[in-house]
Amino acid sequence: MQVSNEELLHIAKLSNLKISEEQLDSYRLNLEDILNFTEVIKNANVDGLGETIGANDSFNVFRKDEVKEFKDKEALLQNAPEKERNMFKIPKVIQ
Amino acid sequence: MEITELTVHELQEKIKSKELTITQITKAYVDRIQDKEKDVNAFITTLTDEAIEKSKEIEEKINNGEEVSNLAGIPIGIKDNICTKGIKTTCASKMLENFVAPYDATIIEKINSEGLINLGKLNMDEFAMGSSTEHSALKATKNPWNLNTVPGGSSGGSAAAVSANMVPWALGSDTGGSIRQPASLCGVVGLKPTYGLVSRYGLVAFASSLDQIGPITKDVMDSAILLNLLVGRDERDTTSLDTPKVDYVDCLKNDVKGLKIGIPKEFYAEGLNEEVRASLNNAIEKYKELGAEVEEFSLDIAKYSLAAYYIIACAEASSNLGRFDGIRYGYRTKNYESLEDIYVNSRSEGFGDEVKRRIILGTYVLSSGYYDAYYKKAQQVRTLVKNEFDKAFEKYDVIITPTSPVVAFEAGTKSKNPLEMYLADICTVSVNVAGLPGISIPCGVDSNGLPIGMQIIGNRFCEGTILNTAYTFEQAIKFRDNFKPTFKK
Repeated sequence: MQVSNEELLHIAKLSNLKISEEQLDSYRLNLEDILNFTEVIKNANVDGLGETIGANDSFNVFRKDEVKEFKDKEALLQNAPEKERNMFKIPKVIQ
Repeated sequence: MEITELTVHELQEKIKSKELTITQITKAYVDRIQDKEKDVNAFITTLTDEAIEKSKEIEEKINNGEEVSNLAGIPIGIKDNICTKGIKTTCASKMLENFVAPYDATIIEKINSEGLINLGKLNMDEFAMGSSTEHSALKATKNPWNLNTVPGGSSGGSAAAVSANMVPWALGSDTGGSIRQPASLCGVVGLKPTYGLVSRYGLVAFASSLDQIGPITKDVMDSAILLNLLVGRDERDTTSLDTPKVDYVDCLKNDVKGLKIGIPKEFYAEGLNEEVRASLNNAIEKYKELGAEVEEFSLDIAKYSLAAYYIIACAEASSNLGRFDGIRYGYRTKNYESLEDIYVNSRSEGFGDEVKRRIILGTYVLSSGYYDAYYKKAQQVRTLVKNEFDKAFEKYDVIITPTSPVVAFEAGTKSKNPLEMYLADICTVSVNVAGLPGISIPCGVDSNGLPIGMQIIGNRFCEGTILNTAYTFEQAIKFRDNFKPTFKK
């Protein structure tokens, strides 16, 4: 499996990640390595088999959509990288 | 015998008979950490002062005649991807280096309500992605059996701390082998429960359909004791299941007569270290002596499982790790003007290379044009793997394989080649892919004195069977009486 630098940069963009020029080759080669390894599943005989999305037989678990207040606001805000009064601070989004 | 060499059930007896007090035990562990941590580097956060304080509180309760649980005052270590309220939970990542969890994981609530004492948070591969703990962004943990080798991963800090007697037992998490493989490399017991048996609420998600929390202990009895505490349906984790209550300690019969053991020959194929093979063969002979019925059979799924595992786990990780954006918590770049700069630069600077590699692989296999060839196919392989195991468990009670194809390897020898590191998980991942329980116990050492682990796989919710299978062997070979970590370099 060959991956082009353009393709890798596109995937990085989708992932919200930046890959530097110097790292481009190593990331690309690693990705190709793993993809080549995973080619083995093409030989697996899965004709007629469904997809398993989880380890257990999947079923929906329903509950009421109730608002529960998390009271310890300080504990949440202490992790904020930047805050102002009781709010998370981000750069201006709407000019 | 030193206090820190005792298992938890031995500590419980000595507390009961008043030979030891809670504060003596905690103090012994604090001293041990102070003595050995500089060599082993297992902890990201130590809570030694808090632990001593808590041990005094519990002792006072006991002295006042108050009722306490029979685990009250027993210390424990916690892998640093399990949320502990008011205590840093870093996932060994620069991204969460200063993150203080605002709530407790469900299993931490259980541990606290029993009066267990948290000695600290243990090192791991960043976001549980790795098999050597070398991908921790914060420190490199050493294997107590040889300090030049790795402890395995991703729960390497947990396994090394138990092995070095710095904690009597610990919690780990296992997505593709992250409890069992480090337990194997560190000569301790690691159990990955059936998917859904233990609540994942408060476990920082890596691959939600594969992750499970489980015990890392000195012996099988302790594993059963801790599992008893962990299990149960939790409405905050909709994948946790309501299963009939089992007392896992009662399952330990020290008897395997008539037990049907399947030996899947593909797991013993080329690539397996010869000393590991010899040790496993001895173990199998021992089971025959003990009265088990052993049969070789074909289970040709290891390679498919590993490939499907890396596709599925990375796909889920790419989605789970999307939440780290530098806004509400976690690392925020200094280098930004726009909101998008915050997202991209925080993630690019905050995640280590291995995490980024896996996010990229996961995004790739989910992206348009590749979804069917990789992700969909991997999910079908998952069905195949489950079906093959189902067939095997019609014939056998347990399946025995090596836990790891190799013993502890030297630091730096695999970390440069991601694919080679991924192959370290070849024996363990299929258990996660099928959602089964598996336990690793030590079965011998190689010519350099490094421990070799044996994996016992059971059918879903048959933890009792694999624990008894492990216990019976353990009682017969007495590994801990014969082998101990040397801390040599």
